[in-house]
Amino acid sequence: MSGIEHLPGWAALPVALLLVLGATIILIGSLGLLRLRTFYQRIHGPAITVTLGAGCLLLASMLYFTVAQSRLVIHEIIITVFILLTAPVVAMTIMRAAVYRDLRARRGESGVTAGEVYTLTEGPDEGRSEPH
Amino acid sequence: METLLELAIAYALICVLVAMALCAARLLIGPTAHDRVLALDTLWMCGMLLAIVLGIRFGTQVYFEVAILVALVGFVSTVAMAKFLMRGEIIE
Repeated sequence: MSGIEHLPGWAALPVALLLVLGATIILIGSLGLLRLRTFYQRIHGPAITVTLGAGCLLLASMLYFTVAQSRLVIHEIIITVFILLTAPVVAMTIMRAAVYRDLRARRGESGVTAGEVYTLTEGPDEGRSEPH
Repeated sequence: METLLELAIAYALICVLVAMALCAARLLIGPTAHDRVLALDTLWMCGMLLAIVLGIRFGTQVYFEVAILVALVGFVSTVAMAKFLMRGEIIE
């Protein structure tokens, strides 16, 4: 508890507000991850955690250290940029893996369809006949 | 005013910990493998945010390095696991 008692009140209020908002959004995202029914609905839960929740908490951290140390401390912008760059990549790779696996296992009830991109041939050895 | 900030920090810590518990529950009961990978991805993200809140709580910059290391390692491991799920191998 080194720096909190030296923080002026006009800075403590927005830091506290950002912390409460970000933590609530993180809880909502994880609740969506647990409660939604299919995988393709469930992947929307962490998106709100990654963007809004992490954004609020990193903004609170930047504001707190800038005021507490009386200089511009924006180290956290590295994490922000890194998360904003990598979150779509992670979501896309997990989603592609899920679509491939559901199509290969012919799990129609999970909500995945082949569309018109991949052809699903009939037969028991269909998994081996894909072009990968 | 610092009482307000301490209350907000305690609330944020409890919320992030409950979120990590929910992610762990999905990791345990997840019906398919990509559910578990998604839950693990969210779990390390919540762990990184927990490190940031702890940094505000103790007022040191040490937790920033923890957070950035967790972010880097988590991204690489999630991409590797998703790639393994998709093709059955990581480097081809």
